[in-house]
Amino acid sequence: MSDELFKQMAQSIIDGDSDLSTELAQKSIEMNIPPLDAITKGFVIGVNYIGDQFGAGEAFLPELVMAGEAMKAAVATLEPELLKLGEARETMGRVVLATVEGDIHEIGKTLVGTMLSASGFEVTDLGVDQPADKIIGKALEINASIIGMSALLTTTMVRQREVIEEMDKEGLRPKIKVMVGGAPITREWATKIKADGYSEDAVGAVKLAKELVGKADV
Amino acid sequence: MQPKLSLLDEELIDRILDEAYELLLNPGIKVQNAEARQLLSEAGAQVDEETMVVRIPEQIVRRAVETVPSVFHLYDYDGNPKVQYGGDAVHFDPGSSGISILLPDTLEHKTAESEDLIRIIKVAEVLPQYDAQSTAIVCHDVPKDIHDLYRLYLVLLYSKKPIVTGAFTNKTVHQMLEMLAILAGGHEASRLKPRAVFDVCPSPPLIWSNFGAGQLIALARAGIPAEIVSMPLAGAAAPVTLLGAVTQHAAECLSGITIHQLARAGSPIVWGGAPAIFDMRKGGTPFGAIETAMIDSSYAQVGKSLGLPTHAYLGATEAKLLDTQAGLESGMGALVGALSGINMISGSGMLDSLLCQSPEKLVTDAEGIAMAKRMIAGMKVHTETLATAFFEGVNFKGGDFLKQKITLKLFREEQHMPDKVFDRDSMRGWRESGSMDTFTRARIRVKEILASYRRPEMNPDHEAALYAYVLDLAHQAGLEDLPRLEEPAIA
Repeated sequence: MSDELFKQMAQSIIDGDSDLSTELAQKSIEMNIPPLDAITKGFVIGVNYIGDQFGAGEAFLPELVMAGEAMKAAVATLEPELLKLGEARETMGRVVLATVEGDIHEIGKTLVGTMLSASGFEVTDLGVDQPADKIIGKALEINASIIGMSALLTTTMVRQREVIEEMDKEGLRPKIKVMVGGAPITREWATKIKADGYSEDAVGAVKLAKELVGKADV
Repeated sequence: MQPKLSLLDEELIDRILDEAYELLLNPGIKVQNAEARQLLSEAGAQVDEETMVVRIPEQIVRRAVETVPSVFHLYDYDGNPKVQYGGDAVHFDPGSSGISILLPDTLEHKTAESEDLIRIIKVAEVLPQYDAQSTAIVCHDVPKDIHDLYRLYLVLLYSKKPIVTGAFTNKTVHQMLEMLAILAGGHEASRLKPRAVFDVCPSPPLIWSNFGAGQLIALARAGIPAEIVSMPLAGAAAPVTLLGAVTQHAAECLSGITIHQLARAGSPIVWGGAPAIFDMRKGGTPFGAIETAMIDSSYAQVGKSLGLPTHAYLGATEAKLLDTQAGLESGMGALVGALSGINMISGSGMLDSLLCQSPEKLVTDAEGIAMAKRMIAGMKVHTETLATAFFEGVNFKGGDFLKQKITLKLFREEQHMPDKVFDRDSMRGWRESGSMDTFTRARIRVKEILASYRRPEMNPDHEAALYAYVLDLAHQAGLEDLPRLEEPAIA
């Protein structure tokens, strides 16, 4: 009975159907299926499948993004139940993402967020034009293990350094790791501003994030 | 007759413009610059100060479009008009926005510095296919505060050609205008015979940032040409359909032109862009994709229907090396751009989606440009009869046409003679000259060009004044001296 439901859950993610994934999450609650089971035996299977397909070049970004949305919708439905039970979903770690102050470009960063979520990270995306104190404040609030910062402009990338300097001043590193990205960002820049890592694309960002939390793929 | 590529019919152009005007009302345009909002409000647009969203009625926009000059020119250092913006004139310049350079020996994409930009400028100066220079790469060996004006400084020192440039802040744009005025002999002279056009970018979708709108206003008031570089990314920051992206482009350009003309009616501005489709496999923005070229060609047609000068980003590639993909994508882009009658086509020399410049690629791209320019020169009727007169006395002997005086007279006009970077040799000849591929030949050609380059002579007083002005700005930015150049401008 629940096996069939788990299969439907996975398929709803693969199809990127948020309405259906929400409905199935609701149904699992009514059927008294433990919410953690619904996530790990149902929805996550779909996320992993799409993630693998994407990695193999068989699935494309719109599918990945829609799957991410469907997953978010399902987890949002299940979260109150998890809280009631005092259970927490085991994740790869919490990540705060933001585009730095003065910069409003976010396509790349949003992609990184989608990919990280699909890979089991809990992602809080603050959006664009975020000053250092907001980024750091959010990381402390949710006990994040990684801050990821994006900048598309050569004029705003310097803000990445300001955030890192502020974190150093407050003694937050190496507890919180910092990864940086964006079109003008180079390895030299990342080294110069003492970031813990950088990636040129979203797939590389996932690999990097796993390394930073000590859960690198072997 | 200049052959033209038309992807849109008139009905479709009307639909694009109708929907673009509709977008300007609903959802409107987000204008993050208070002065621009005020200009729009005074003209009769509906402004929401809290959300910064401005709804611009069609008649305000149409009035603005009417006051834009349909033709203007860029001038070289000596004051000769070299680039015509307007009509179907076609020009090419190297792509800008690069942050690295391809090292020909190690194939590394190295973070770009002053010496790299100088090499690019020299190559573009010597090659006749480039009608204008661009401030092609960011020089990482100088402080960020002067990144934009410093690269303009290097172009001014090493080139006489017109320049496609752009400022990074609302403050430095004025300093860059001052630099141009110093060489032109004053602001009025600089305005009457502008040397440079400044790229100004809206942020997709439908946003004019404080910086972008600020640039529009500053340039309009200075009377120095502005070039809107609207970049809808179809499928991510714009509708996934090519026509949807073209429509968004139109709305972004129309709103920009309105702000610009309200600041000062009659100032020159260009309907330009750097759109791309969004790659759904890698999340990148492929500037060498044929769909990207289709968006460019289409929006240029829309701009031309309004009687506006045009610009596009074409002739670039996603390839990381100077390989087959680089040649294919760059050549096709250049051809589509030329056939679309786009006035300024930026992008040559660029690899890796506009991130990496390469002097060697500038050399091979120049061949693609020459081919595209030959194509749009079209089929010419040189002789009274097309063929019959040629046959007098030929008597079915092949090779006799080589002996005709008319062959000697016309072959150079009919045929573009490729540079030796392209191979048309026999197998024997190719082997004897070293069995080289295109990239190897391009590396040799770049070395030859650099060896033959001579820095243009300029009025020493102007040059000294420019040096003093930029040195002062460099000091303010924390730089003790301007980086030492291989050929110091000032002894």
